[in-house]
Amino acid sequence: MHYEPVLLANIHKQQSHTRAIYEAGGGYRGLRRVLKEMSPKDMVGLIKASGLRGRGGAGFPTGLKWSFLPENLPGPVYFCVNADESEPGTFVNRVQMELDPHQVLEGIILSCYATRASTAYVYLRYEYYLCRERMQAAIDECYAAGYLGKNILGSEFSLDVFIHRGAGAYVCGEETGLIESLEGRRAWPRIKPPFPAVEGLFRRPTVVNNVETLACVKHIIDRGVPWFRSMGTPPEPNNPRDPGSFGPKLYGLSGHVNHPGFYEGPLGISVRQLVEEFGGGVWKGRRAKAVVPGGLSTGLMSESEFDTPLDFSAPMRVGCLGLGTACVVVFDETYPMLDFLYNSCRFFAHESCGQCTPCREGTHWAVQMLERIKRGRGRLVDLDLLLEIGDSIGIIPGSTICGLADGAAWPIKNAIRKFRGEFEEHIRRTNPQGYMQTEPVEAVASLGAV
Amino acid sequence: MSLTERLLNDDLRRQIAGQLPRYPTKQAATLPALHLVNERLGYVPPQAVIEIAELLELSPAQVQDTLSFYGFFKQDKPAGQYRVWVCRSISCAVRGGEELLQHLCEKLGVRPGETTADGRITLEFAECLGLCDFAPAILVNDTVHRNMTKEKVDVLVNTLTDNPGP
Repeated sequence: MHYEPVLLANIHKQQSHTRAIYEAGGGYRGLRRVLKEMSPKDMVGLIKASGLRGRGGAGFPTGLKWSFLPENLPGPVYFCVNADESEPGTFVNRVQMELDPHQVLEGIILSCYATRASTAYVYLRYEYYLCRERMQAAIDECYAAGYLGKNILGSEFSLDVFIHRGAGAYVCGEETGLIESLEGRRAWPRIKPPFPAVEGLFRRPTVVNNVETLACVKHIIDRGVPWFRSMGTPPEPNNPRDPGSFGPKLYGLSGHVNHPGFYEGPLGISVRQLVEEFGGGVWKGRRAKAVVPGGLSTGLMSESEFDTPLDFSAPMRVGCLGLGTACVVVFDETYPMLDFLYNSCRFFAHESCGQCTPCREGTHWAVQMLERIKRGRGRLVDLDLLLEIGDSIGIIPGSTICGLADGAAWPIKNAIRKFRGEFEEHIRRTNPQGYMQTEPVEAVASLGAV
Repeated sequence: MSLTERLLNDDLRRQIAGQLPRYPTKQAATLPALHLVNERLGYVPPQAVIEIAELLELSPAQVQDTLSFYGFFKQDKPAGQYRVWVCRSISCAVRGGEELLQHLCEKLGVRPGETTADGRITLEFAECLGLCDFAPAILVNDTVHRNMTKEKVDVLVNTLTDNPGP
C-alpha cells in the first residue's frame, strides 16, 4: 500500500520540534491565510464539511461539537486540549507532541480562532516530561513570532495557551473530568447536560479536543476538504446517522509484535494489515490469538476478526466498543485471556474515580473474582457473574455518569463471550472439586498471599 | 503563625502566585501549586496544604480533597531521591513488566509505594505510561528507560545507588 504520511511528514527531520523546521515545511502558512481570508463561521463550516471526527476515542464530529457553542454570548469561551493520553496501549499523542509540537499548536490556534476562544489549556499528563518541554518551547517560539498573544499577525484575534499538568488519574481524559481537574478539584466527571459547549470550564462555553484531532484541523486547512474525504470509509448507505470515517489516522502497535511503533495510514486499514505489513507480524514466529483494537477500553478482537477495518464503525460490528484510539495491542497464541482480563479489570478498578457505585463496586468485585479464579478457586457461575457486571455498568446501560465503566465492561464482555471455552477450561482444570459450586464462596482477601 | 514556622519559602510562594494570572479562579492553581511544592520538597505535607490553601484563599479541606484524589502526591514523608515507576498495564505486562516490578521489589526489599532504607529509591507501579512502543518501560523521575530487562534493571539500580543524586 502506497501512502504518503501527512501527520508524520515532519518527524524524521533533524530538529523537527523547532519552529524553523516546521515553517520550512510550510508550517503556519495556513494560519496566515485563515486569519486574512476566513471568518470563524467559515472555518466551522469547513471542518463540518470535512467530516472530521474526534481522534480521542469517541469519534464525535468535530465541526458539530464546535457548532454547539452559543453564538454572540458575551464573555470568554475556553478551549481545552486533551493531552492526558492514558488509555492503556495508546501513545501516539506523545509522539506528536515530542516530535512535531508546532503541528499540534497550529491546530490549536486555528481551532481557537474557529471557536472564538481566547484562552486554551493543554491538559497534559505529568508523565510526559519531554512533551511538556517541547510543547512549552513551541509555545514560547509562537509568542516570539506573533502567532500567540495579543492581535495575532495583526488581526483582531488574541490567544493565550497554557500547559496544565495532570497528576496521574486516567479519568482526567474524560472531558468533564478534565474540566473539574483543571478547576482544581478531584476529577469527578459531571452529569451531562449541560454539555461543555454550553457550560464547561469555569461555567463558560468550552470545547475539549484531542491532540490528533487538532493536527487534522491544520491539514484540512492546508489541503482542503476533498483531500481529507478522499481517504477513509464512506458512510454506510443503510445507516443515515453514520457520518463516515474520513482522513488520515495514526495507528499504534504494541504487545506481541515484531515491530512495535506508530504508523500512519488512511482510516480503515485492517488489523491484519497493520499487524502484518506495518508490525512485521507476531513475535517469535507465533500466531496471534487476539488484539485490543484501540486502547484497552475497546475490548477484544479475536484472530478470526482481524480483517475488520479500523474505522469508526467496523469494530462495533464485531462487538467491540469502537475504534477508540486505533492503538492496537497484540496477544500471541500462548497468552492466557484470564491474564488479560485480570490486568484490564485491575486497571479500571484502580482508575475508577469512585463517584458511581456500579463502576466503583463492579470493577472492584470483578478483580476479586478474577483473582480467585487465577488462584484455582473459580466456579463456572463466576463467568456469568462477571458478564452481569459487564452488561450492567456504564453509560450505555445507563448506570454511570461517564464512559469509564463502559471501558471496563467491554474487555469483560468480549473476553468471556469470545473466549469462554478458555476460561471454562482453566476453571475446570484448576478447581476440579469446586468448579460446579454455586453457593457463596470465600472472598479472595481471606485466601492470603499467593 | 510566625514566619520561621512557614514551610513554603518566599521563592516558592512567588512561583505559586505566578500561576494565578493564568486562570480566572484561584482554585484552578491548586494542581500547579501542588506540583511546585512537590518538586521542591518531594512531598506535600499537611502544613504545606494549609499554606497553599491560604495562598489560594481556599479551605485546607478543599486542597486536601483535591490532593487525595491524585495518586502522585505523597504526604507522610518525602519520596526517595529517585522515584522509580514500573508500568504494569497491558502492553508492558505482556512483555514482562510485572516480572520487572516483582524483581525490583525483591532486589530493593520494598513493596510498591515504599522507599529504600537509605532514602534513595521509591518504588512505584504505574498504570500505562504511554510508552507502549518501548515496553516494558520504566520512568525514573523524569527519565524514560525503554525496553527494559532484568539485566538492564540491575544496571539501572546500581547507577542510582552509586550516583550522588539528581
